[in-house]
Amino acid sequence: MIYDFLVDLFGNSSIANIIAGTIQSLLPLFAFILPFALFAVYLERKVSAHMQDRLGPMRVGWHGWKQTIADILKLIQKEDIVAKDNDKLLFNLAPIIVFAGSYAAFAAIPFTSIFIGTEVDLGIFYIIAVTGIVVAGILMAGWSSNNKYSLLGSMRSVAQIISYEIPTILVVLSLVMISGSMNLHTLSEQQTGYAWNWYIFGGPGAELSKYLLIPFMFIGFLVIYISTLAEVNRTPFDIPEAESELVSGYHTEYSGMKFAMFFLAEYANMFAVSAIVVALFLGGYQSPIGYLGDLIGAKWMIPIEQFSWFTIKGVFFVFVQMWLRWTLPRVRVDQLMTICWKYLIPIAFVNLIIIGLITLL
Amino acid sequence: MAIKTEEMVLNMGPQHPSTHGVLRLELVLEGEIIINVIPHIGYLHRCFEKHCEVMTYPQIVPYTDRMDYLAPMGNEFGYAIAMEKLLGLQIPERVEYIRVIMAELQRISSHLVALGTYGADIGAFTPFLYCFRDREKILSLFEITCGARLLYNYIWIGGLSHDLHPDFVRKTREFIKEFRPNLKEVNDLLSHNRIFIDRTANVGILPIDTAINYGVTGPNLRASGIKWDVRKEDPYSIYHKFDYEIPVGEGTYGTVGDSWDRYYVRVLEMEESCKIIEQALEQIPEGDVQSAIPKRIKPPVGHVYARVENPRGDLGYFIISDGSTSPYRVKVRAPSFVSMQILNELCKGYMVADVVTILGSIDIVLGEIDR
Amino acid sequence: MKNAEEILQILKENFPESNLELKTDQPTEAVLIAASLEIDKLSLFLRDSSELLFDSLMNLSGVDELKESLLSVYYHLESTSLKHKITIKVSTDRNKPEIPTVSEVWKAADWHEREAYDLFGIIFLNHPDLRRILMPYDWDAGYPLRKDYENPEFYQGMKVPY
Repeated sequence: MIYDFLVDLFGNSSIANIIAGTIQSLLPLFAFILPFALFAVYLERKVSAHMQDRLGPMRVGWHGWKQTIADILKLIQKEDIVAKDNDKLLFNLAPIIVFAGSYAAFAAIPFTSIFIGTEVDLGIFYIIAVTGIVVAGILMAGWSSNNKYSLLGSMRSVAQIISYEIPTILVVLSLVMISGSMNLHTLSEQQTGYAWNWYIFGGPGAELSKYLLIPFMFIGFLVIYISTLAEVNRTPFDIPEAESELVSGYHTEYSGMKFAMFFLAEYANMFAVSAIVVALFLGGYQSPIGYLGDLIGAKWMIPIEQFSWFTIKGVFFVFVQMWLRWTLPRVRVDQLMTICWKYLIPIAFVNLIIIGLITLL
Repeated sequence: MAIKTEEMVLNMGPQHPSTHGVLRLELVLEGEIIINVIPHIGYLHRCFEKHCEVMTYPQIVPYTDRMDYLAPMGNEFGYAIAMEKLLGLQIPERVEYIRVIMAELQRISSHLVALGTYGADIGAFTPFLYCFRDREKILSLFEITCGARLLYNYIWIGGLSHDLHPDFVRKTREFIKEFRPNLKEVNDLLSHNRIFIDRTANVGILPIDTAINYGVTGPNLRASGIKWDVRKEDPYSIYHKFDYEIPVGEGTYGTVGDSWDRYYVRVLEMEESCKIIEQALEQIPEGDVQSAIPKRIKPPVGHVYARVENPRGDLGYFIISDGSTSPYRVKVRAPSFVSMQILNELCKGYMVADVVTILGSIDIVLGEIDR
Repeated sequence: MKNAEEILQILKENFPESNLELKTDQPTEAVLIAASLEIDKLSLFLRDSSELLFDSLMNLSGVDELKESLLSVYYHLESTSLKHKITIKVSTDRNKPEIPTVSEVWKAADWHEREAYDLFGIIFLNHPDLRRILMPYDWDAGYPLRKDYENPEFYQGMKVPY
């Protein structure tokens, strides 16, 4: 819908198509994600503060809501330090790649039923591929910093991300088997109705297979949530940024705006993986209780409601991620790998096989 | 067989978030496995022992504070005990009771720092703040008594600098009442957490014979399974009047003497200190705290070695006097200085992340290592 | 539990040609004075003898005795099983101070002896790693805790302020 509107705006030519396509893809980025990243930083500080029996930022604006803006302004005007022995090209390129990898994923995430960044039929496949680019960026950051600690941190991070992509993909595969499509938009559309139709409760329809699927769906949900926690380097898997051992890991040597890019990329990544989990298992933008717009007959309200439901669910999972970060200690590197290869992957495989068998029914 | 890799030397330099103070650790690594750990100390050396030779005995008391700056009451207590033994002074009972209460409160406060920072090193940031919240209450108790939050100059030779504030007993009782549930909360959050146990159990195992041979004392020795506490073995002051247990490591989640045991012994010790404080508050008599302070301290020619149970081990003072108003030689046997020697033994064969775990469990303070 | 005289008796029985004496006119406790070059044999016996079992070295400190021109080392030993203590003192000449190390017997002595070397200049023979511990490794201006020590003017080109 927005696409058509934009094409009309620019006159109906092929150039207009290109412009409209560009604006449409960039829209989630600037209208939603960047403000969300700013909000998420503030949210994290407040959440962590209240969990630790203190208050957090209180002075900059009412209860400190302008704190992130102040921080970004500060980071923008800082000196950009590039040490003499750093590999200049890689050093400057790394934050850009990490940033791009995280943000590009949003192009395929369905925010409402009428708007999606780009209608890619390979939706979820595209997202997983693009978040893999982040690995290259992290390696570049660690290597070009010319610092043993950063190198250690980035190597650990690469091992972690690559290993944990496997359970993620296995669970996604099981879901794709049930729904028959990789397009997240279609997946979300299939989960219409009430909360009972969400995939975590077995999916739409009322056959026996739906009820059989429920426990395995829960297991899949847990596996994918834990794996995506590891993908975004959050505690308990935040070894790459382990402050107490590696003094901030692969982004130790960055200052100013480049550091801000790593920082914002992390929060965007958190929302991206929450959004994926929500879209796959919890109905995407569908409401659990029906739409107010339907009740009062205002059809135009429905997309707005869907957008707000999507945001609420996504923010809830981001909140759970923050909650886990401030509660649990950090896992050691070899224990991290053990969890992935010895526990999560076998569970995900068995889950996949069983779900496959059930869908044959 | 393992692939032979090159040895890498990594420096956990003097400025680092987890070396507790200015300590430089040179790690010789092969991949992620440690081959050798060489500690380099001396960054905080302030020549305490040389200064003592030109100051008079009462003037040394503030300097003893600054050695182990997380447990200054313990340091002053040790010095006072050593000097009173040399002079043969009798001090009033009220002074003894107050000193014991202060030393035990200091033990709780020091263990809170140790546990909080240990959790923060492992990655659990929240217990750190809970521990420091409770520590604030203890520091305000110290503040109403002697005016200072961290370095007190309170326990003088022969007495104390100030008597207790009139509100002190009531506030301490309130603190103990609030502290026990908070301790349970931190315990639930951290001690029995699966991830914490995986990080600390079976890491850095210290057998008893090695520990005694290396001279390790305090909670580190007790975690290896032996009930050795200076307060019971070599009683000083009025500790024989109180009823308390000595917690010992039992290898609950791994082998006896691993890092979890060293951590948990400290948690249990805080509970025991609460018991001692409650009993002391019941029994405290009236009296004048400054009656036995001598006007001029000129001990006889000779030497004395006395020790107290500091939160980190046993702190010993060896004082040689030549009959004048300044000591001839003061040597402080700091528990962390001796405990640092086992770091190399304990870390061999573990990974870089474990160095932080083991160092945190030994609980050192650079102020007393370097003096 | 043995007191100092009994410990002296046991030592004299096992080391008849050693020069051991007990100084008892101290205000606090007696000191056992031994010869400096035998301290390693004595230590091994003290640790392993079944009547003494001194398995813990509490403290090892160097002392500068300027008037007698000697450098002394005091050992404070303790037994965790038999619960007795003893203090031993050895002295050596100030111009050529050499004492055998006891770090083979009690590993706790390792850093204490390094500190005595660093601050007094006492050379411990056969020590595994005798180098400075508290002062910078290249401090060549003497041994700070000696009574006749004076601060150098410059260290590595920086003026020493006090």
